[in-house]
Amino acid sequence: MSAVAATTQPRGEILSSILAFVRHHVLTLYSLLFFAYLLLPIAIVVAFSFNHPTGNFNYVWQGFTWDNWRYWDGVPGIRSAVFLSLEIALLASLVATALGTMIALALVRYGFRGRAATNIMIFLPLSTPEIVLGASLLTLFLNLNVVFGFWTILIAHIMFCISFAVVTVKARLVGFDRHLEEAAMDLGANEWVTFRKVTLPLIAPAILAALLLCFAISIDDFVVTYFNAGSETTFPLFVWGAARVGAPPQVNVIGTAIFVIAVSGMLVNVLIQMRRTRAATS
Amino acid sequence: MGLLHRHRQLTPYLLLAPGLLWLGVFFVVPLGFLAYQSLQSGNFDIGYSFSWAWGNYWNAVRDYRPQFVRSLEYAGIATVLALVVSYPVAYWIAFRGGRWKNLLLLFIVAPFFVTYLIRTLAWETILSDNGFVVHTLQHLHVLGPGGRLLATSTAVVTGITYNFLPFMALPLYVSLEQIDHRLLEAAQDLYASKWKAFVRVTLPLSLPGVVAGTLLTFIPAAGDFINAQLLGSPENHMIGNVIQSKFLELTDYPAAASMSFILMAAILVAVAVYARAVGTEQLTGTAV
Repeated sequence: MSAVAATTQPRGEILSSILAFVRHHVLTLYSLLFFAYLLLPIAIVVAFSFNHPTGNFNYVWQGFTWDNWRYWDGVPGIRSAVFLSLEIALLASLVATALGTMIALALVRYGFRGRAATNIMIFLPLSTPEIVLGASLLTLFLNLNVVFGFWTILIAHIMFCISFAVVTVKARLVGFDRHLEEAAMDLGANEWVTFRKVTLPLIAPAILAALLLCFAISIDDFVVTYFNAGSETTFPLFVWGAARVGAPPQVNVIGTAIFVIAVSGMLVNVLIQMRRTRAATS
Repeated sequence: MGLLHRHRQLTPYLLLAPGLLWLGVFFVVPLGFLAYQSLQSGNFDIGYSFSWAWGNYWNAVRDYRPQFVRSLEYAGIATVLALVVSYPVAYWIAFRGGRWKNLLLLFIVAPFFVTYLIRTLAWETILSDNGFVVHTLQHLHVLGPGGRLLATSTAVVTGITYNFLPFMALPLYVSLEQIDHRLLEAAQDLYASKWKAFVRVTLPLSLPGVVAGTLLTFIPAAGDFINAQLLGSPENHMIGNVIQSKFLELTDYPAAASMSFILMAAILVAVAVYARAVGTEQLTGTAV
């Protein structure tokens, strides 16, 4: 129907109606282009995880294969690098979130001397270039003759994750209703029981968010790790080494896997939120 | 009762102690060591010793001025590009996103879920000599027949812009999202055109987001060395590349340490100049 109507219309009218459409939706069209630009490199990473490269360089599309996924650890060193990254990310996010949550609780719920100084202390690592964080830790360990390896990586990751954990938990604690805690105390619960039965369940989503954020930052970190890893190899360090001679498609496989897991986690979260707001508005 | 009272006063400090101690020992103290190292002289084989060697700083500025300038230049251009490119999208999500807002934000941060090095390698593929971007640009005669994008400053700035874009887009979105729509209606009721309402109302109200986004993008960009390493040539190397190789390949620690401090100082100066331009209130308002 519309096609017939369109052909009977004079040409100029179609053109002007197209122009009107474009003018009306220019922001939407631009945003779509923007998202295409944003997602293009990701699409490349995913696509090239299925590439069947003939030489050393995984740059040109040669043909489709499942082999890179089937033999994801077919490249020497990649398996141990992935497991080291997972181990570090798990431990670093647990410790940093615990330390960060405690700081956030202190900042939001207590008045004390030195609040401003504490805020600055949290803000400073976030506003220092990563290379300076990595370099200064390196000089510390060098001067104290510390052996570089697992522990130095872990210490570094906890250090740069703490501020992120504090900021994340703090953001959700601000709207926290303290009357609930007071009610529990009035009913005879002591501080520890109140914390466990009232406070902790209420701030659990914030803690979970901080854990996930720290995990993601840790598993992705290259610069600070590069300065403090010694001869250990995390996954990003493996990619760096491999890039010099041409990264194998298995690198794309791991990259895609990390991406898919992280995005599905976020997606579930977003969908739950959308449902809630929909239920609340309808 | 008195004991309980004292105990409650102590609680915040007990909560703070472990985390702040960690930051103190592994963030503040190392900066002290870095300062100490930057004033040492000697060489790796005979060892370094502290000697108030301020010459390290002068030598660094003398020998690596192009890299310092380039770092600030690339970071500055990438920050402006990121601002211009992402502002309309942040606006679109904040004002037209409706209930899809959270999903669209997920798209914005999606690049962060791909390992930094891998997404930079993806740009290497996109900008490679056999890629469609180079072919298209050659076809349009923007690039000459042998022209390339890899190993140019364009490639490095493209990579930096892309890699730090979410740092710009998210604060922009947050500040735009908080704007009370009734203010815009009021402006239009008072016969302001849509454009005028944007310039006089929306833009000024989104300034905190612009300031936060600019800082969050500029600071890591100025210290970056990965984009220059993977997408550029030695002629595009930034100060981060020099610091990295001095520390880890040449083991010239005092020179590398002094350069790290000069980088920090340069960033502070750049931020201060910027603060003067936009007003310090905006800056501290977003910082704390």
